[in-house]
Amino acid sequence: MARHLSYHVPRKKTTGIKKEAERYGCWYNLDLKGGSMNRTRESLLGYGFLIPSLAVLGTFSLYPIGLAIWMSLHKCGFDGARETFLGLANYAEAFGDAEFWSALKVTVFYALGTIPATLVLSFVIANLLFMKIRGRGFYRSVYFLPFVTSAVAAAAVWKWVYHPQVEDAFGIANVVLNTIGLEGQKWLLEPRGVLTIVFGGMIPSWAAGPSLALCCVMVNSVWHALGFSVVIFLAGLSNVPTEMYDAAKIDGAGFWRTMWSVTFPMVSPTFYFLVMVSTIGAFQTFTPIYVMTAGGPAGTTTNMTMLIFDKFYTSHGTTGYAAALAIVLFGIILVLTSLQARFAGKRVHYA
Amino acid sequence: MRRPGVVILVHGVLIVGLILVAFPFFWMVSTSLKTKDESVSVPPRMLPEECRWENYAEAWNKAPFARYFVNTAAVSLAVTTAVVVTSLLAGYAFAMMEFPGKKILFVLYLSTMMIPFEVVLVPNFATINALGWQNTYAALIVPWMANVFSVFLIRQTLMSLPRDFRDAALVDGCGHLRYLWYIAAPLTRPILITAGLLAFLGSWNAFLWPLVVTNTEKMRVIQFGLQMFLREESTDYHLLMAASTFTILPIVVVYVVAQRYFIEGVSGSGLKG
Repeated sequence: MARHLSYHVPRKKTTGIKKEAERYGCWYNLDLKGGSMNRTRESLLGYGFLIPSLAVLGTFSLYPIGLAIWMSLHKCGFDGARETFLGLANYAEAFGDAEFWSALKVTVFYALGTIPATLVLSFVIANLLFMKIRGRGFYRSVYFLPFVTSAVAAAAVWKWVYHPQVEDAFGIANVVLNTIGLEGQKWLLEPRGVLTIVFGGMIPSWAAGPSLALCCVMVNSVWHALGFSVVIFLAGLSNVPTEMYDAAKIDGAGFWRTMWSVTFPMVSPTFYFLVMVSTIGAFQTFTPIYVMTAGGPAGTTTNMTMLIFDKFYTSHGTTGYAAALAIVLFGIILVLTSLQARFAGKRVHYA
Repeated sequence: MRRPGVVILVHGVLIVGLILVAFPFFWMVSTSLKTKDESVSVPPRMLPEECRWENYAEAWNKAPFARYFVNTAAVSLAVTTAVVVTSLLAGYAFAMMEFPGKKILFVLYLSTMMIPFEVVLVPNFATINALGWQNTYAALIVPWMANVFSVFLIRQTLMSLPRDFRDAALVDGCGHLRYLWYIAAPLTRPILITAGLLAFLGSWNAFLWPLVVTNTEKMRVIQFGLQMFLREESTDYHLLMAASTFTILPIVVVYVVAQRYFIEGVSGSGLKG
């Protein structure tokens, strides 16, 4: 309101102590004569404001990194006590352990199975919702609903949907299969790879793909995370200036051309953000797996987090080993995200 | 302007998606209202013959859910309040104040967002042990009392406030504390609500951490309680679904009432730095 008046008041050039105060954001009226006194006061107050959060973050986010590295070099019990120095033995054990490689494979399958599917689906849905059609608020709310649902309750429902056909109980997934004339599946109890199930025995075991059980968990995860990506994409799409679409239209660009030359480049930062967040999320998935399969059948859904939990919580005397696994996983995530950052640095278009 | 065919196609695709997304919810509520026989009948019935609301009472009484709810509500409210207060203070310091090391501290804050939870899980358990906090509310609350994402959101919002507000406050002789209380906090209220809601959501749905730091029934929170119930009553699907329904009900109610803030908060996470 008052903006149109501002040009009547010529802004005075700030000089001296006032300029100093501006630069440091000091509240110069408190002590006009001693700028340095003011700065000290503000600094102290600033640190005071940071203390509560810094204390929590320091104790439960930063310090534990150091502690985890320390633990990974020792043999320790359940509570981190009774340590013997082992050097890198825990790491060596991990790399020589079939369980570790299996868990890594499961983690990678899980990431590859959930991230592209979630991104493609949510990108399509976001674009449809962005067409300003009727009821878009309602659609958006429902698509977002799984995201606020607890992973335990969601996993419980999906477990019920996937209920295998045993004795008197009957899951709805098998009912659908039977209706279209297919055999019921064991779903979460099925350790065989999906490709083996589809193509039969001629698939070699290394190419069997993720187990059907793992795929079931992935479906649950895509369902759970979809609304989050939709909402982020909608925010990204609404940042694209409409002039760009108008310009594309005047230049005679069709739907696909506009999509390729305007929408994709303009939402590429959103894509990048989502790939990064989803990668970190996928690598630390725990709850749906724990509730739906607890790592089974035959370990085909034991991902890295499940393995760490198992080594740390269920087994005894392997806490140091669990810490080593966690550090390895952290390293993998750091490498992946920095690779993504380098790749994105070249291609992502920042408006 | 747009052809009606396109509109119908778009709605068609969205409705198919909607049905797929909503079906598990429908199936959960529908199963929760059936009798045991109905819930496992072949072929399955989409809707119960008559709604058995007493399933909810039965599930509720089969495990100490009241206790779980009280625990969870206490923990969630404490975490929410703490996150709002600590984030407002830190966000304000980063946005409105100058002090040596501010940049480094801010980068340090942001870098903690990159740390995966399983890395800190093991050492944090050791810390809780060393503090003697197993099976206490402190273990469930204290590690979650700060949230960097909220700090970041609040900082961004404060920095986007018009400079004139600050100048006017300066001229009137208002210090940081008064500015924070009378200007910054009221003006950032939507973001504070958002931060609070996200903290509440995270706390209500927390599972792995409570699983690790509590092992008595008295200290169990709702998600852990539900998981134990799932294990113990593994065949009574109508009761399991009833328990799942009342577990997510509070958060769904909060979501429906405050969805604007939820969605704003999540969209905010895509902000460019």
